[in-house]
Amino acid sequence: MKLKTLASAIALSGATLIAFPSMAADDTIKVGVLHSLSGTMAISETTLKDTVLMMVEEQNKKGGLLGKKLEAVVVDPASNWPLFAEKARELITEKDVDVIFGCWTSVSRKSVLPVIEELNGLMFYPVQYEGEESSKNVFYTGAAPNQQAIPAVNYLKDELGVERWVLAGTDYVYPRTTNKILEAYLKDMGVAEEDIMINYTPFGHSDWQSIVADIAKFGSEGKKTAVVSTINGDANVPFYKELGNQGISSEDIPVVAFSVGEEELSGLDTAPLVGHLAAWNYFQSVETEENEEFITQWKAFTKNPDRVTNDPMEATYIGFNMWANAVSEAGTTDVDAVEQAMIGQETPNLTGGVAVMNKNHHLSKPVLIGEIQDDGQFETVWETEGVVPGDAWSDFLPGSKDLIADWTDPVKCGNYNTETKTCSGQNY
Amino acid sequence: MKYFISFCLLMFASWMPVHAATTDVLLEQLTTTKLSKLPDMVEQLEAQGDESLLPVFRAWLAGDLHYVKDSKAIVVETDVQGKEVYVDPFSQEQLSGLSSKDVKKIKVNNKLRGLLRGVIARIQLTSNNADVREGAVRELLSDIDEDTFATLEVLYPKESNNDVKEMMQTALSIYTAMDKSSSQTSRVAAIEFLGGSLENDVRNALLKLSRDKNEVVAAAADKALVDINRQVERYALVDQLFFGLSLGSVLLLASIGLAITFGVMGVINMAHGEMIMLGAYTTYVVQLIMPNYIDYSIWVAIPAAFLVSGLMGVLIERLVICRLHGRPLETLLATFGISLILQQLVRTIFSPLNRQVSTPSWMSGSWEINPVLSLTLNRLYILAFALLVFLALVFILKKSSLGLNVRAVSQNRSMAKAMGVKTEWVDAMTFGLGSGIAGIAGVALSQLTNVGPNLGQAYIIDSFMVVVFGGVGNLLGTLVAAFTLGIANKFLEPTTGAVLAAILVLVFIILFIQKRPKGLFPQKGRAAE
Repeated sequence: MKLKTLASAIALSGATLIAFPSMAADDTIKVGVLHSLSGTMAISETTLKDTVLMMVEEQNKKGGLLGKKLEAVVVDPASNWPLFAEKARELITEKDVDVIFGCWTSVSRKSVLPVIEELNGLMFYPVQYEGEESSKNVFYTGAAPNQQAIPAVNYLKDELGVERWVLAGTDYVYPRTTNKILEAYLKDMGVAEEDIMINYTPFGHSDWQSIVADIAKFGSEGKKTAVVSTINGDANVPFYKELGNQGISSEDIPVVAFSVGEEELSGLDTAPLVGHLAAWNYFQSVETEENEEFITQWKAFTKNPDRVTNDPMEATYIGFNMWANAVSEAGTTDVDAVEQAMIGQETPNLTGGVAVMNKNHHLSKPVLIGEIQDDGQFETVWETEGVVPGDAWSDFLPGSKDLIADWTDPVKCGNYNTETKTCSGQNY
Repeated sequence: MKYFISFCLLMFASWMPVHAATTDVLLEQLTTTKLSKLPDMVEQLEAQGDESLLPVFRAWLAGDLHYVKDSKAIVVETDVQGKEVYVDPFSQEQLSGLSSKDVKKIKVNNKLRGLLRGVIARIQLTSNNADVREGAVRELLSDIDEDTFATLEVLYPKESNNDVKEMMQTALSIYTAMDKSSSQTSRVAAIEFLGGSLENDVRNALLKLSRDKNEVVAAAADKALVDINRQVERYALVDQLFFGLSLGSVLLLASIGLAITFGVMGVINMAHGEMIMLGAYTTYVVQLIMPNYIDYSIWVAIPAAFLVSGLMGVLIERLVICRLHGRPLETLLATFGISLILQQLVRTIFSPLNRQVSTPSWMSGSWEINPVLSLTLNRLYILAFALLVFLALVFILKKSSLGLNVRAVSQNRSMAKAMGVKTEWVDAMTFGLGSGIAGIAGVALSQLTNVGPNLGQAYIIDSFMVVVFGGVGNLLGTLVAAFTLGIANKFLEPTTGAVLAAILVLVFIILFIQKRPKGLFPQKGRAAE
C-alpha cells in the first residue's frame, strides 16, 4: 500500500514540486496553490503556501466541503513571471483544480490573468496592490490603494502635521501607480509641486547613501516631512539602516511603508526601524480572540513558536473562508456559480470586524497604522472607524475616475464607465 | 561612554529623596491610560519636577518601560546576557521571579518620543557632563518657549564649558531673533550670530525670519542664509565624494577576488558572487555561535569566511574547473551551474528568508564632523578595510613565493611547468585565494546589505564590469576602475535617479570598451598574448 502511494506520488508530481495524492481525483476538491517557492519572491510567498495548506488541513478536519475532502495542489512558478501563466494553465487544464490561491507581485498576476480568463478559472489574490483592475475570475482580498495608501497619507497629514512628502518606491508597476494616485491626491489637497519628491530605485537596491542624504536635505527646510515608501522586498533593510546611520529618526522624518510587515521584520535588526510606520489591514499584535486562535494554529502548523503572521496571510485566511462558504452555499465548485455566491459573502476578519466581498470583487477592510517596535511587531497607533470598501478604480486618476466594477446584474462589467454607460469590453 | 553617562545619571538618581506621593499616583495611572492620552501624562509627570523620574522617562523613550500586571508597579526591562530581567527604576534593584508574561509594555509612539526627548533634555540641562548638556541644549533648539529661554538665561552665565556656552547662545539667539517684541537691533545682532551656525534648526528659524514683516530683519536673515547655504553646499560635495568612495570600496571588495580568478587565471567564474554570499553566511554563523560577543564577531568572521570560501574555491577548482582548462564556454556554464547549486544549498540549509546579521556597536552610527557633515562609520571602516585587503593582496602577489608562482603560471604556463612549478597546485591555490578574498568581501557586505541566497547575484555583474573596465589581469586597474565607477555613479544619481545612473554607467563602459578593448590599464609585453 505504502509503495503504491509512493509510486502514484511520483507519477502525479511530475514536473511540479509537490502533490498530495491521498485519494483518487474524483473524490476531492482540488485547491491550487500558485506561490513561488524559489527565487527572489520565495521569501514572501512560501508563507502563503503554508497558510493555504494549513487552511486546507483545517477544513478537512471539519469534514471538508460538499462531503468531499480538499486536496492542495502546489506548483512552483519560481519567481518567474511568464512561468506563472504556464503553471496556472497547468493547474487548470492538467491538474483540474477548482480554485487557485496565488501570486504576490502585480506583474505575476497580470501574467496569469489572460490564462485564467480564457480557461474561466477562479483565483484569489491576497496581496495589497495598485488597483485599476477587476476581473470576473479574480477576487482581490488584499488592499486597494484607498484601503492602505490614502488612509496612511491622511494619518500623516492630520495627526502628524506633515506638509512635505517624499514618495519613494521600487521601480515597477505597483509603486508607480500608487505614487501617481498619491500625487494626484496630494495635489487635490493643495500640496505644492515643490513639496513632493518622487524617487524610484531598482529592485534590491542596496546603496541608499545619496538618496537618504537627499531625503534629509528635502526634509531640512522647516516643514514637517514624511516618506511614503512603496519600496519592495529586501531593499528596505539597507534603506532603514542608512536612515539610522545618517541619524534620521522616526520623529524627524517618519517613514510609512506599505510593503514592510511582520514577516519582513523577522529577518532583520529592528533597532534602526523603531517608530517608523506601516499601514496594513491586519497586525499580528491586534488583540482579538480570532487572531489569537489563528496565531496559535499557525505556530502549531509550522512547528515553530517564533513564526509570525502578517497581512497577506490574513487576506488568504479571509479569501479561503469566503470561498469555502460560497462553495457550500452554491452547492458546487462550478466557477460561475461560486463567483456569484462570493459576492456579498461575509466572514469575520482577524481584527474583530467583518470582511465583506463587494460587487467589484474587492473586500471591505479596516485600515490600521502601526509603529514598528523593537520586537519586530507593530503597535497600532491609529485605525479607521469601521471598514473601508475596496475601490477597484481610483477616484484620483483622470483615466479611471468614472470607472466602476460591478459583477452583478445588470452591469456585469469590470470597468463600467458611469458617464458613457458602457462597458469597455476589455476583460481586465 | 553613553552607557557610562546613563550609569552616572542612574546612580545620581538613586540617592535622590523618595519622590512625592502624587508621582506615584500618576505612575499608576500610566498603566491604564490610553495611548492617545499618554502625552498629557508626560506633561503632568514633568510638572512634578521630580528628577528621580529621569530613568522612567529614559526607559519609556527606549520602549523598555513595563508594568507588572498584578501589582501595577512600574518596571524597566533590561537585558542581562541575552535574558530579560526587570528592575525597579528608582532603586535599580532587580526584581526576581518576573517573566515577560507577567508584565505589559507601556506604549510609546513618535509623538511621545518627541515629548520625552524634550523632557529629558530639560532635566539634563543641569547634568554634570558637558557633552550631555550640549546635547540637551541642541535638542531644545527646535522649540524654545519662554520657560526654556528663562532657564537658559539663568544657566548661561554659570556655564564653564565653551562649546555648551556657544550652543546656549545659539538657542538664546534663536529665541531673541524670533521674538517680535524685542528691539530690531538686538534681533539683527542675534541673526548675525546665527549666521555662523550650521545647525538645522538655525536654518529653519532663519528661513522663517526671511519672511518676517520687518524688512531689516528679513534682509539680515537672508544674508545669513546665503552664507550658511554656501557652506552647506560645500559640505554636501564632500559628502557626495564620500558616498562615491564608499560605493567604490564595495565594488573593489566585490571585484578584487574576481580580478585574481578572472584577471590572472582567465577563468570566467560565474560562482564568484556565491563565494561572497558564503562569506556573508559565515558571518551569520559566527554571530550565532558567539551571540554575546557581537562586537568581536567580525574579527573571527574574517578569517573564517576566508577559509570557508577559499576551501570551497579550491574544491570547485579541483573538481570542475581544472578539468575544463582552456574551454572558457564550458567553464562559464559549469560555474553558473555551481552558483545555482550553492544558492539552493543555502536555501535548503538556512531557509530562503534573509538572515539577520547584527552590526557591532563600534560600527554603528556616524562620525559627526559638524551638523551638516557626518560620515557613517560602517562605510568608513569598510573603505579602510577594502584598501587594506587590496594592499595585502598586492603584497602577496609581488612579494611571496606563491605570488611569484602565480605570476609565472599566468604569464607562461608551459615555461613555468618546465621550470618545475607545480602548475596544478598553483591553479588551485590561486583560485582559493581569489575565492577567499570574495569571502572576506562577504563579511563586509553583510554589514551593508541583506544576507540572503541572492546576495551574490547582485554583485556578479558589477564585479565583471569593474574588472573589464580596469583591464584584465591588473590589480591597480581594478582599484582605479572601482573608485571611478563608484564616484561617477554617486555624482550622477542625484540628477538622474538611481535607475538611470546605473544605465548611464553601463553605457559609458560599453563605449569605453569599444575604444579601448583591454580596459584602463592593459597588460603589456609577452604576458598579454
